[in-house]
Amino acid sequence: MIGRRNTLARAGRVYMAAVLLFLYVPIIVMVVMSFNASKLYRLPVDWSFTWYVALAGNDKLISAGLNSVWVAVVTTVIATVLGTAASLAFFRYDFRGKRLLQLLLFPPIAIPWLIIGTAMLVFFFWIGLGRGLHAMILGHVALALPYVIVVVTARLRSFDPHLEEAARSLGASPWQATRRVTLPWIAPGMVAAALFAFAVSFDQFVISYFLSSPGVSTLPVEIYTSIRKGFTPEINAASTIVILVSMALLLGVARFYRFGGER
Amino acid sequence: MQSAAAEAPRVPHGRLRAIAGLTGPAYFWLALTIFLPLSAMFYFSFLSDVPFGKRVAVLTLENYAAFFEKEFYRTLMLRSFRLGAEVTFYCFVFGFPCAYLLAKSIKGRWREALFLLVILPFWSNALVRIFSWTMVLRGNGVLERLVNWLVPDYGPLNLMFTYPAIVVGLVHSYLPYMILTCYISLEAIDDSLIEAARSLGARRLAVLRRLILPLALPGILAGAILIFVPVIGSFMEPRILGGREGTFIGTIIEDQFTAVFNWPLGAALSFLMLGFVLLILLVVMPLARRAT
Repeated sequence: MIGRRNTLARAGRVYMAAVLLFLYVPIIVMVVMSFNASKLYRLPVDWSFTWYVALAGNDKLISAGLNSVWVAVVTTVIATVLGTAASLAFFRYDFRGKRLLQLLLFPPIAIPWLIIGTAMLVFFFWIGLGRGLHAMILGHVALALPYVIVVVTARLRSFDPHLEEAARSLGASPWQATRRVTLPWIAPGMVAAALFAFAVSFDQFVISYFLSSPGVSTLPVEIYTSIRKGFTPEINAASTIVILVSMALLLGVARFYRFGGER
Repeated sequence: MQSAAAEAPRVPHGRLRAIAGLTGPAYFWLALTIFLPLSAMFYFSFLSDVPFGKRVAVLTLENYAAFFEKEFYRTLMLRSFRLGAEVTFYCFVFGFPCAYLLAKSIKGRWREALFLLVILPFWSNALVRIFSWTMVLRGNGVLERLVNWLVPDYGPLNLMFTYPAIVVGLVHSYLPYMILTCYISLEAIDDSLIEAARSLGARRLAVLRRLILPLALPGILAGAILIFVPVIGSFMEPRILGGREGTFIGTIIEDQFTAVFNWPLGAALSFLMLGFVLLILLVVMPLARRAT
């Protein structure tokens, strides 16, 4: 019996390792190749920073990268503020239509981005907003909002509403109570939500792709265009930077937010 | 804002103002960027042309009719649904055991670390991850070399730009979804329930089939939906990994907006796709519930 249990446990460990291998091998290969001077990916790897140097001289990719960061920063600020406000309302009040409002958070997540992206393109064109970074920010905030609300709401669950009442009875105005009592409590949740929002925007490709105008694009869009056009190896370098940034962001989120509930 | 929180019930007017003030901006934003655009696209799907400039657009059903008249679109729609079903299936087959191990057999710090490792790629850039597969699958790529090293003179694999390449890339993209949703529902199952069944003489397989799978069903279904729906609408993955094999309903819709500029047809195809997805969910969900 004990022998069997050990065999099962060992098989489980091997299986887990195989899944992780599957998830990480392509990424590791790409990272390694970004340091390979050989244009044809010859092995053994000829280690060098050739493609990173080339990337630094590629104005198109650099400006796309700056656009990505700019769009993500603006998206983060707007989505975190609007999302936190909505979460506070859901936490404090029970009102008719609350369920409906919460249900309305699903379409941005559940409907394929292809459809959301093309719908935005159609609508923004129609009302004269057009395409460009402003259109991307509009779209990214909408995608990030549901995540922000979910994360902040999860944090609010551990907040005792009596604390707000106590502050109010001691003479604090509603705004003071919110700012001095509630917001400090949910701050870790807001930080996690903000990092989430940044990651959603920074990694977003589909929406940005439909809303980018010629010459104004983000890093993922530029990478896609390069792949489609028969790509240059500095795309590996750009991709490596993108994936490392987004993984670092997620590790940041994990510091403040426990995925999968209690552990 | 004057009457928030404590006094709220007694001053309904201020309460309403507070709710509107707090939720208004977020939902105004969602209306402008999600719900109005979807409505606009629905309207466009019934137009003969885009109503821009001097173009004359009249209401018509011909965009929807085109789908039912041309076999081409139907074949592609079916092809997309097959792709969605296959990817979902593989994600379940490979993801469920992984979720089970994480929830029931691995404990403590290891679980935390492994869990993070599983979801880390999931939140990283989808496009870059698909692109990274080209390094592995391409002719003379990592996989071909590995196979030829293990089995000398195996020859070329010819995996790049094939249907299986698309499936592999999509499973890689969406596997963490399934692991995540199954993990959440498996974790909620009380361990003593499983022990009780075992001590009453149930075999491992019976415990899995009669106890664990039914209790984990909500998680499995949630994962299946979260995978199936976006795979149907995928276009970047088939284009990068499928090459000429990568024509699906998603890529045809994308073409209508970026290459052919037949927006009304693209809109109609989008809504047909959404409609079929909803239809399938309405049929499959009750069946799956009854089956267990």
